[in-house]
Amino acid sequence: MAKTMSEEELRQRTQALLAEAHPDKVDRVTFRGTQFDHGLAWVHFPEGHGGLGLTPNLQAIVNDEIRKNAQTFYNDLELNPIGIGMGGPVVLTYASEEWKKRLLRPMFTGEEVWCQLFSEPSAGSDVAGLSSRAVRDGDEWVVNGQKVWTTLAHISKWGMLVTRTNPDVPKHKGLSYFLLDMEADGVEVRPLYQITGEAEFNEIFLTDVRIPHDRMFGDEGNGWQVAITTLMNERSALGGGSGHRKAGPTATLQALWNDRDKTSGSAAADAILRDRVTQIHIEAELLRITGLRAKAATKAGANPGPEGSVGKLAQSEIYKRSWETCLDVIGHESLLFEEGYELRRPAAEGRSPTQLAKYQFLRSRANSIEGGTSEVMRNILGERVLGLPGEPRVDKAVAWKDIPRSA
Amino acid sequence: MEIAFNEEHEELRRSVRRFLEDRSDEQAVRRTMDTEQGYEEDVWKQMAQQMGLQGLIVPAEHGGAGLGAIEMMVVMEEMGRALLCAPYLSTAVLAASALNEAGSEDAKKNLLPGIADGSTIATVALVDEGAGWSLDDVTMQATASGDGFTLSGRKTYVLDGHTANVILVVAKTGDDVGLFRVDAGAAGLSTEALPTLDQTRKLANVTLANTPATRVSASGDQTEALARSLALTLVAIAAEQVGGAQWCLDTSTQYAKERLQFGRPIGSFQAIKHRCADMLVSVEFSKSAAYNAGFTAAAGENGLAEAVHMAKSYCSEAYFKAAGDTIQIHGGMGFTWEHPAHLYFKRAKSSSLLFGGPLQHREKLADIVGIS
Repeated sequence: MAKTMSEEELRQRTQALLAEAHPDKVDRVTFRGTQFDHGLAWVHFPEGHGGLGLTPNLQAIVNDEIRKNAQTFYNDLELNPIGIGMGGPVVLTYASEEWKKRLLRPMFTGEEVWCQLFSEPSAGSDVAGLSSRAVRDGDEWVVNGQKVWTTLAHISKWGMLVTRTNPDVPKHKGLSYFLLDMEADGVEVRPLYQITGEAEFNEIFLTDVRIPHDRMFGDEGNGWQVAITTLMNERSALGGGSGHRKAGPTATLQALWNDRDKTSGSAAADAILRDRVTQIHIEAELLRITGLRAKAATKAGANPGPEGSVGKLAQSEIYKRSWETCLDVIGHESLLFEEGYELRRPAAEGRSPTQLAKYQFLRSRANSIEGGTSEVMRNILGERVLGLPGEPRVDKAVAWKDIPRSA
Repeated sequence: MEIAFNEEHEELRRSVRRFLEDRSDEQAVRRTMDTEQGYEEDVWKQMAQQMGLQGLIVPAEHGGAGLGAIEMMVVMEEMGRALLCAPYLSTAVLAASALNEAGSEDAKKNLLPGIADGSTIATVALVDEGAGWSLDDVTMQATASGDGFTLSGRKTYVLDGHTANVILVVAKTGDDVGLFRVDAGAAGLSTEALPTLDQTRKLANVTLANTPATRVSASGDQTEALARSLALTLVAIAAEQVGGAQWCLDTSTQYAKERLQFGRPIGSFQAIKHRCADMLVSVEFSKSAAYNAGFTAAAGENGLAEAVHMAKSYCSEAYFKAAGDTIQIHGGMGFTWEHPAHLYFKRAKSSSLLFGGPLQHREKLADIVGIS
């Protein structure tokens, strides 16, 4: 049961934190550590674990008070997105007291970055079909296999690993969830270069990696449920469109359109392209308004309607089309890709609108794949929102080892 | 501005839906669309006297409910879902809002009570033969004659022009656009019902030859006032399209759950399921577009023209796609006369072109939002 606390008292407690450690005066780790010790990291977590046992919505008051009184504000999603966004709830639900003590504080300060090792080369949309294996050896598990699309793995201390501990039962039932030390022997992280030449992600090779048994979260064979807890915190972070009018790809598109070279091209081509730009403007606006409708419905306490479910699918398709159209507006200069394809880690580089459009034209192809492909999203809308029947499943009652799979 | 319906809106929706399920089921629609008149008098009377629907946006002082764009949207959405055959858009939306916005006090006093109590069927004659749907396209001149005016020429695509007791003709005196009342039976007036693609909505030619007319708008150019009334009419059509599209989604989904082929419901095939999911997305976007326009109109906020062009263009295309997909999902059955899918398909295309098609609305939107 969540405790209650007045807004005033919570603001006073935040003031006490700022008096002890002010983010403009002390370093990040000191400030965030003190914030954790005051129970103001996640107010809905229990006391002693960075919280005060309050309801989650009260965190906004703490953040507001910090923002009002300091120039420096650390954004959780920039500091340690996987750790704070997904790792925290999982640790809180499934880890022992000892591990909670060990993990949560450095997670919050950003001293220890987290990553998530779910997807595998042979298991994308069908994550539960994954092939990496953990075999028990006394008090340890020995893991072999390959993971892919792992954000931040190259700077992570901890990984959330789902792997197969029993191949003789149906696929969902033979998985277990582990806390993996990314610095352990046998963990190799390689950059995974993508369509732009950048490596935002990694592939991970696990060779005879030993994990102590007490780092299993949840029971043996229960890894799928733990993974679902993790993923539920992921998809809610995607979709819904830009909250701001005149922002996002459609703003770039319109700016490029209005700056185009008006001396070339035919009137007919111009009219057709103008209509395409306008269509995209409309859909981007409707994506934004649909997000607002969903928010209003949630606020009114109504059950979330379909307006809350269509965002991810619609957004990825609209974004792709926006950037494609940018290249048509830019015209033959789109034959060039000025920044080149040097294989590298992404850097926060300032791009001109033209360069941004060309870069995003490539990067946005992943929008309809990452965080649930558009095909999976359509299945979810069809089955969970419209109530259509699922596909007959050929792999449901079959031992995992007997299911046909890609190499 | 928050886009959310309150409990009164939902209650209005429920009661209109109940009424239409009772009085405008598929049989009634088919029976009525087959007549030239295009509506059933007892239903029309009930709508006015029991439900107060014709007077929805008529001010209380003139016998109406004095409600606004949001309530009108709720009602039109339900009518679109049921494919109600009645001169409602022409009388209770187009003519009533034209009088609300551009009418003189006398004209409101004379005409609005009859609209509200269901005794008057009224329409607006906008489109000159061969011209477009914009007020700028109007060329018909009203000629001063004695105390009043005379009108000559032909107006076309007039909603319910052949059954209206009162036709409000958009015409000009010099450069000023105004609204002129012509009563059924007036000298030199002839009306002719047109064979329509969508049988559930009647259109007529209205031919005028030195026909006596009374000016019902305030003096001076009424372009802006009439534009507001047309904007409200477009909100109503967009809402009607939302209702129709939602019917398509509900009907297709239901059929996809029940129809068995290859030993399983066709909705379990992704080819069908994904079509339904895409339809769901476009129905939700249509709601966002129409509701945004309606709530903007109700709040009297800036940006109504922008919202309306967006709604009319998006909802038109989404409804038409949904109606076409409904036929496809139903297979051969969807192509038959017996199945109602074709009624929605025809309504979708026809309402898409009524008052300007998606391309025209997008062109205007582009001008407004600065896609130059």
